[in-house]
Amino acid sequence: MNETAVALNKPTPADYRSGIKPIWCPGCGDYSVLLEITKALAALELPAAEVAIVSGIGCSSRIPAYSSCYGFHGVHGRALPVATGLKVARPDLTVIATGGDGDGFSIGGNHFLHACRRNVDITYIVMDNQVYGMTKGQASPTTDPDWDSVLTPGGTGIRPFQPLVIALASGANFVARGFAGDPAGTTEMIIEGIKHPGFSFIQILSPCATFRPDQREWRNLVRPAPVPFTTDPSRAANRIMTDDGFNLGILYRGDRPPYESGRKSEPRDIDAIAEEFVL
Amino acid sequence: MTAGPRPANIAELLTHALALEIEASERYADLAEQMKSHNNLRIAKLFGKMADIEKLHVDHIRKMIERHGVKLSEPANYYWTSPEGPETTDPLDLHYLMTPRQALELARHNEARARDYYAHLATDAQDGETRRMAQELAAEEEEHVALIDAWLAKVPETDADWDEDDDPPFLQD
Repeated sequence: MNETAVALNKPTPADYRSGIKPIWCPGCGDYSVLLEITKALAALELPAAEVAIVSGIGCSSRIPAYSSCYGFHGVHGRALPVATGLKVARPDLTVIATGGDGDGFSIGGNHFLHACRRNVDITYIVMDNQVYGMTKGQASPTTDPDWDSVLTPGGTGIRPFQPLVIALASGANFVARGFAGDPAGTTEMIIEGIKHPGFSFIQILSPCATFRPDQREWRNLVRPAPVPFTTDPSRAANRIMTDDGFNLGILYRGDRPPYESGRKSEPRDIDAIAEEFVL
Repeated sequence: MTAGPRPANIAELLTHALALEIEASERYADLAEQMKSHNNLRIAKLFGKMADIEKLHVDHIRKMIERHGVKLSEPANYYWTSPEGPETTDPLDLHYLMTPRQALELARHNEARARDYYAHLATDAQDGETRRMAQELAAEEEEHVALIDAWLAKVPETDADWDEDDDPPFLQD
């Protein structure tokens, strides 16, 4: 595939890889998501220097290091404030925020709500494996209440966070659910999310091979959503609230105008920028 | 899952074959790196070897393309009837403690899928020349299945406790 792309002078997914080898566990869904993001960028033919990938902390938040795009591996739960600031300051960039369910919905939960509400034109990709993998398997906000583990014997007993419907209620302009093991479908979803104006939220079910081996079963549970996306938020909410969490596809596309700072993105003298920060 | 029309002629068939082999080779190389970083060096070596074998297949298809004077299609025109190329390993199938038998079973599964893919194209082909070439490619993949079967015959069965780790990641330090 790459050979034909090169022959036709098109970017390839490999053009968006940094050369740093990922250290995720073999079988981790995040490998596939990295591939899907790079495939989407190649399909959109976006120059790597015009894309920024911003993350927080966690296994999936390592993605910026594995990409040749500009990247910022930031503070736990703070991918969205950084991404928002970057997009407002540099509206010419394609800004993608990435991370996991713990980073995005627990410590970063408040930022998630307000990023949806602000509707800045960024794409937020959450690799949801319903567990804190990096810190060795604690329950996360999206963990089922009855997940029995060494660290949560008998389960948490707590109702899981519902990211898609919360995104919708908070004002996200594009809401979708993908599965790491569906490269073609998820790549297409990321392409559409990037193209759609405003805040696009994509939850990707990304199995954790080490702490949630039961999630290997997801590949047998996921299915395309039975109906196409809707532009009606109440209908979308009803669908999301009544599905079992395994319907894949673009679920909602809104037409709310994205937040724009009105600031022109023009090259500025670095000394002039530095002067703004002088106390 | 994606689906679409079948390659209509030799040019389309060979560009698909090239994409199929390149994807398979690149994926095996990725898997070898994953295993290396988790110190399962036996499997890293095996996947590395599979990547090399697939590279030979890439060269083989390249020569066929040259022989037939094929002009490559737009990448966007590629489609598979499976989530990825029919010979590409699903990364979700890996485990850091996997055994050589399990790795070879994955490789066999891939070769069998590629064989079935070409056999299907041969059935659907719209002209005799494309059909013959699809049959030829299916026969080559069948040979690869047989080679892996021979390889598998020399490899011990996987123990029931293959995924038991003396230092499991669940333990808190």
